[in-house]
Amino acid sequence: MNQHQEPPFVSWLPFYTLLQKEIRRFLRVASQTLITPVITASLYLFIFGATLGDRISVLEGFSYAQFVIPGLILMGVINNSFSNVASSLFMSRYLGNIVDLLVTPVTATQFIMAYTLAAMLRGLVVGFIVWLISCLFATLPWAHPFAALAMACLASFLFAQFGIIAAIHADNFDSLSMFTNFIILPLIYLGGVFYPISILPPLWAKVSHLNPLFYLIDGFRYALLGVGDLSFTVSFGVVTSMALVLFLWAACLISRSHRLRN
Amino acid sequence: MSIPALCIKHLSKEYDGTLAVNDISFTIEQGEIFGLLGPNGAGKSTAINMIGGVSHIGSGAIEIFGHDNQKDCRNTRRQVGVMHQEIVIDNFFTIDQALRFHAGYYGVRDDADWRRQLIDRLGLKPHLHKVMIKLSGGMKRRFMIAKALIHKPRLLILDEPTAGVDVELRHTLWDFVREINQQGTTILLTTHYLEEAEQMCDRIAIMHHGKVIALEATGTLLNQLGTRSILVHLETPIDAVPGDLCCQGAELDAAGTTLHLSLSANQPTGDLLKRLCDIGLPIADIETRKAGLEEIFLQLTKAGRVET
Repeated sequence: MNQHQEPPFVSWLPFYTLLQKEIRRFLRVASQTLITPVITASLYLFIFGATLGDRISVLEGFSYAQFVIPGLILMGVINNSFSNVASSLFMSRYLGNIVDLLVTPVTATQFIMAYTLAAMLRGLVVGFIVWLISCLFATLPWAHPFAALAMACLASFLFAQFGIIAAIHADNFDSLSMFTNFIILPLIYLGGVFYPISILPPLWAKVSHLNPLFYLIDGFRYALLGVGDLSFTVSFGVVTSMALVLFLWAACLISRSHRLRN
Repeated sequence: MSIPALCIKHLSKEYDGTLAVNDISFTIEQGEIFGLLGPNGAGKSTAINMIGGVSHIGSGAIEIFGHDNQKDCRNTRRQVGVMHQEIVIDNFFTIDQALRFHAGYYGVRDDADWRRQLIDRLGLKPHLHKVMIKLSGGMKRRFMIAKALIHKPRLLILDEPTAGVDVELRHTLWDFVREINQQGTTILLTTHYLEEAEQMCDRIAIMHHGKVIALEATGTLLNQLGTRSILVHLETPIDAVPGDLCCQGAELDAAGTTLHLSLSANQPTGDLLKRLCDIGLPIADIETRKAGLEEIFLQLTKAGRVET
């Protein structure tokens, strides 16, 4: 047995390894992390595409299935980006194996970026599969494909940051699920996934403008259909600002090791 | 003189108004096996967590191979391997995967030879592709040692590595620790098995109520602080302890044939023998026994408890 000389340090390797580990983690339980959300989205597509969809019309020139698909894709992206980080990081805290990272030279930036990119990947993969399945029910015009990609990436990035924040602030599984049940779900459902804000009474339409998810969903729908309640610049600007704020918040928590180190 | 492996200066840490670590300072030289002992709640794990980077420092400073572990943490963490007291594993992965990941976290490319050596030496081979959740407690401990060493640290911290493990693993572990120490790795260990500390450690610090109450080379600690027990077997029974021996803390057994006396480390045995002869006791035999670390530990921590 011989312990050789100190091995050379490869500065990007901690980031790459953590990213790889996070990706393998969700692939290892793909039935929970990829298949289940796709089945859920498929059920929505079936209900609104093949059954109720024919009887509802909310946007001139588009079927209801076409209207609802961008929101369903984004719902998959958002939920899965959020839960990937939130569950992984919270479980590490809860089970104590976060110390395995705390004792290593992984920097705060590497930590955030690895968790974020893995979460984005899962969110975007789910979104992509939902889109593929949606092709069975309706075809989208893909009016602005790069804008659509940018909005999907922003959505996954934004909710990955929110996942970090939730995982750090949650004290137990109940409080973690509160982030999903009492914040994300209401914001998604009231953010215009299933209806355009323009059909709401004026007061509720104004209230909906306070929902950050409205900008995300509307911007993404505009990018795919070419029609939205707001201009894309406004949606993109608001979403980018939100992403920046949440990133700074998450970065602040991680760099201070808030609730990670004693 | 080489740079110390670890230099702790006036380290303190407070939890909820209680000083878990209270102004401790010590240095560990390169190549040493250093024991940090103390009863539960003495502050050992808190100190180790600060050294390893799991906890923030309250006040004071920690230098690892000459680098400040706050200002230059990326450098210092690469030099340290920590085996935590609690079993820390990620149930998603196998031993093999987790070891590769752990090397990567330290910025070290996978060294297949070294990984294989650790796996073979710690008897992990038959379980290499099992997910962690399926491993026994002993196997998890073995894995944790391999994990702490996978990046070839210069300072290895073992926080109660033998807590709750069987005799076989304990022997394997200590043999292994000696081996890697001979290869140049400095060891800082805590253990509740004082006999092990006595056998393994070059120097020992004893902590109590957050303070270091003794710090000596193991032999010196045993010589300086260890009392000797002297059993005087008598040919014929006596009724009471002779008055001259009362100050020696002498005790007579129920049969009146054995006197039990204590001698401090610096008290010559010859003086006591002369006094016994002067008293004219019918001595049949004399036994002497040196106190072990366990007795010293109890003596010190008891004294510490009285002080506080």
